[in-house]
Amino acid sequence: MSRSMPRRLDRRGGWRGWAPQAGVAVLAMLWGLTVTAADASGLDELMALLAQRKHGVASFEQNQFLSVLKRPAHSSGTLTYDAPDHLEQRTLEPRAQSAVLDHGVLTMQVGGHERQLRLQDYPQLAPMLDSILATLAGDRGTLERLFRLEFEGDLAHWRLLMRPLDTGLAAHVASIRVSGERDAVLEVEVQQADGDRSVMSITPRE
Amino acid sequence: MKPARALALGVWLLAMALAALIVARARYSADLSAFLPRAPSAAQQVLVDQLQNGLAARLILIGIDGADSVLRARISNELKARLEAQGAFLAVSNGDAQSADRDRQFVFEHRYELSPAVTAERFSVEGLRAAISASLDLINSPAGLFAQSMLRSDPTGETVQVMEQLDTDAAPHTAQGVWSSADGQRALLLAETRALGSDTDGQAEALARIRSAFAAASAPMRQGAGSSGAAPRLLLSGPAVFAVNARSTIEGEATRLALLSTTLIVALLLLVYRSPTTLLLGLLPVVSGALAGVAGVALGAGVVHGVTLGFGITLIGESVDYSIYLFVQSRPGGLGRLRLQAPRRLWQTIGLGMLTSVCGFASLLPSSFPGLAQLGLYSITGLIVAAAVTRLVLPQLLPQRLYIRDLTPWGAAAARLLSRWRVPTFIFALIGLLCIAVLWEHRATLWNRDLSALSPVSAAAQALDAQLRGELGAPDISNLIVISGPDQESVLQRAQIVGQQLDRLVADGVIGGYENPARYLPSLALQAARRASLPDAATLRQRLAAATAQLPLREGTLEEFATQVAAARSAPALTRGTLEHTSMALAVDALLWQQGQQWHALLPLRANLGAGRSGDIDIMRVRAGLASNGTDTVLALNMKQESDALYDSYLREAGHLALAGFAAIVLLLSIVLRSAVRVARVIAPLALAVLVVSALMVGNGVQLTILHLIGLLLIVAVGSNYALFFDRRLADRDSAELPLTLASLLIANACTVLGFGVLALARVPVLSALGSTVAPGALLALWFAALLMPPALLMDAARVEAQQRA
Repeated sequence: MSRSMPRRLDRRGGWRGWAPQAGVAVLAMLWGLTVTAADASGLDELMALLAQRKHGVASFEQNQFLSVLKRPAHSSGTLTYDAPDHLEQRTLEPRAQSAVLDHGVLTMQVGGHERQLRLQDYPQLAPMLDSILATLAGDRGTLERLFRLEFEGDLAHWRLLMRPLDTGLAAHVASIRVSGERDAVLEVEVQQADGDRSVMSITPRE
Repeated sequence: MKPARALALGVWLLAMALAALIVARARYSADLSAFLPRAPSAAQQVLVDQLQNGLAARLILIGIDGADSVLRARISNELKARLEAQGAFLAVSNGDAQSADRDRQFVFEHRYELSPAVTAERFSVEGLRAAISASLDLINSPAGLFAQSMLRSDPTGETVQVMEQLDTDAAPHTAQGVWSSADGQRALLLAETRALGSDTDGQAEALARIRSAFAAASAPMRQGAGSSGAAPRLLLSGPAVFAVNARSTIEGEATRLALLSTTLIVALLLLVYRSPTTLLLGLLPVVSGALAGVAGVALGAGVVHGVTLGFGITLIGESVDYSIYLFVQSRPGGLGRLRLQAPRRLWQTIGLGMLTSVCGFASLLPSSFPGLAQLGLYSITGLIVAAAVTRLVLPQLLPQRLYIRDLTPWGAAAARLLSRWRVPTFIFALIGLLCIAVLWEHRATLWNRDLSALSPVSAAAQALDAQLRGELGAPDISNLIVISGPDQESVLQRAQIVGQQLDRLVADGVIGGYENPARYLPSLALQAARRASLPDAATLRQRLAAATAQLPLREGTLEEFATQVAAARSAPALTRGTLEHTSMALAVDALLWQQGQQWHALLPLRANLGAGRSGDIDIMRVRAGLASNGTDTVLALNMKQESDALYDSYLREAGHLALAGFAAIVLLLSIVLRSAVRVARVIAPLALAVLVVSALMVGNGVQLTILHLIGLLLIVAVGSNYALFFDRRLADRDSAELPLTLASLLIANACTVLGFGVLALARVPVLSALGSTVAPGALLALWFAALLMPPALLMDAARVEAQQRA
């Protein structure tokens, strides 16, 4: 009997893969620049560029500002990606743990034991991951089905702001902002609906 | 009218009227149970009943191909809405977000009853610290967003614990918010009919509803489908589809083939008799026999299987012979016009042939296949009545001057031909030995031991079913555990113990996973134990303060958690009713049921498909792992093994029955003929025909099934008539009668070969196996019987005719 809990989002073909991109440091915010409603050609060019990356290794730093915590949760480690759908997040600080994404299944080694989550059972997880993965895969169709997109800047320095179209997603996530330079994603910022916020800075190594 | 004549006619008319009444009021069943063997053991019986009438038999698997994923999803939702609006379905699932949300909400609300991690230790200071720390660690993982959303209400992560133990590997994928195949090219739905699996009419109606709902749902898309690729296409599978298709196939085949064979036989007889009156009279015994046969089955078995009616063709081939013998072998008087005076010996031979056939068919009566037993009853009743009508009624009905063509020239020509084409007797011995050698060579693969060989479901339909079943994660019931007990609670408690044992087998890689109703509906005892391990609100707050002292949690974060645990402590027990409207309800209904005084739980096993695994389940290792349970409460079954073992025993049974039938025929002939030589003369051509037909089949790679065996039996039954007539002429040294005997046998044989030959065209395996065995077998039996006649007698016969003509 099937009593499965289907995924809410379209992820045909599973995870599209995560591509930490080459690049330099976190950008300064482009204050005052308000190129909304996406320069269509700029976004298309960016998507094409991103789609070409097939492999990458990067280090990351993540800060989460959560109302449940007394102080921001800081973590760091490495990210490894291999096309088409293999992604590993190895967290070194504050505690060693790993998470491997494969075909929509998240296998984690946390606190000495393994646990598996099928992402389609956890719709709260989907928005952030989908947005990043679709961005890196250059999958504009998927992005536009899920989000209202705002592209700012040019290929050299770009920011992509995504606001969920689906009210279900919007209950958890207010917006996701991905920024980068050319084919390198350098920062992912998730603004949650409850005011919590997380920022991941990415430094490509290969 | 003579009194004897009036009496015979009166009795016949009365009997026919009575039979017609019985036939009109009989109950007919169109399902396939005629060819499902009766299961011998109680456990298997439970299983067979459940498979026929349980939820598994009420599920219709639906696929939507074509168009694009967005359109398919829209049709899927529309189809679900339309079907739910009708009363014919108990549930329609397509994995839409609403249902998924309901399921998640259910798991979340009942996490303290459902989570296997809920123990007293987990709610101690140490246990709480460990569990909450693990949840905090999760915040730094890709699952962080989920982990933080759960931190306030479920910091120990019980929801994830429940989700993890659900056997999610088998669950379907999702595309555009609805279930889809793994490649995303097919939308999937699951419908549970209100009609029982055995209610083929109800299932047929449900299928029709799905088809029309699909047509309506896809109509708007169809019009605009020109640009978006192939038009949407509906795929249906499941037991209901099989049953309905098989029924219509069998009905269609039976009607079509009966019509075809009747036409052919009537045309042949018309050609021979050249008189419609003679033809109609000749068909009288057949019609009487068929009517009596159905009435006999209705009286004897209660319910007449549609398949049994279809097999009526077999009767026509045999019983039409009697009137042929009567008409053709009667001495012509004068110029082709005659007053029919059948010799007494003709009746004796026809009677003996009929008894021989009855002996053969009687061996079907004790068969474990209800359909075969009915066929035996039908044939015996039909043949006896047909023979009796031929003997007692038909002569009374013949008009004073009946035109019967004199077929002596045909018979004489045949005799001449036969006398010329002599074959030395040792050749027959050689053929027989050769056939035995062929059969011996293939002895290991002689019999098809696969029950599915009898299935009227095509290989393509079976493949589609397996595909949809796999994509939907519908339970594969090839390996399963059956747990029985006096009540639901004891069965669920046992299922929990078995679940722990199966967990070890999963860890050892013996199996890949399993389903268990106790996951969705834990026993009341286990629920109570879990509830009892939750501390009261004050204690929990104290322990939480101690447990989180060193953790970076903000003050008051876990207040919601404390409130919800307190609520869970006094929550009412989880019952089947609580599950309503979740997909877990469907699972529990399929896996847990009451039958009579017994409750049963079904735990389907999933093979370990990991690297280096065969994908098969070693049921012996499963049994070893479950050995601590009594075999009367816990049974590990490999359905393929079980059904093959079952079929094997039926094959053996049929073999024994066939041998018994053969022995009965030999005994009958010995008693009547009182001569070993004459018995051998009758048996030899039949045995040879059986050997040649089976050797030809086996040599051509056909594996014999139970129906072939029955066919071989029919060769003996039908062929014995031929051999007996030849034997009679030989015993009497009666060359004068031989041409007419030959002619009548040729016509009778042609009718049999036509009747069964048509059957061989059937797509239903049971029909075609029978036809393709009997048609060539009957032909060979006649040929061998004729060729074993001494040439001198044949020459005489040819000469007699020539003299007559001169």
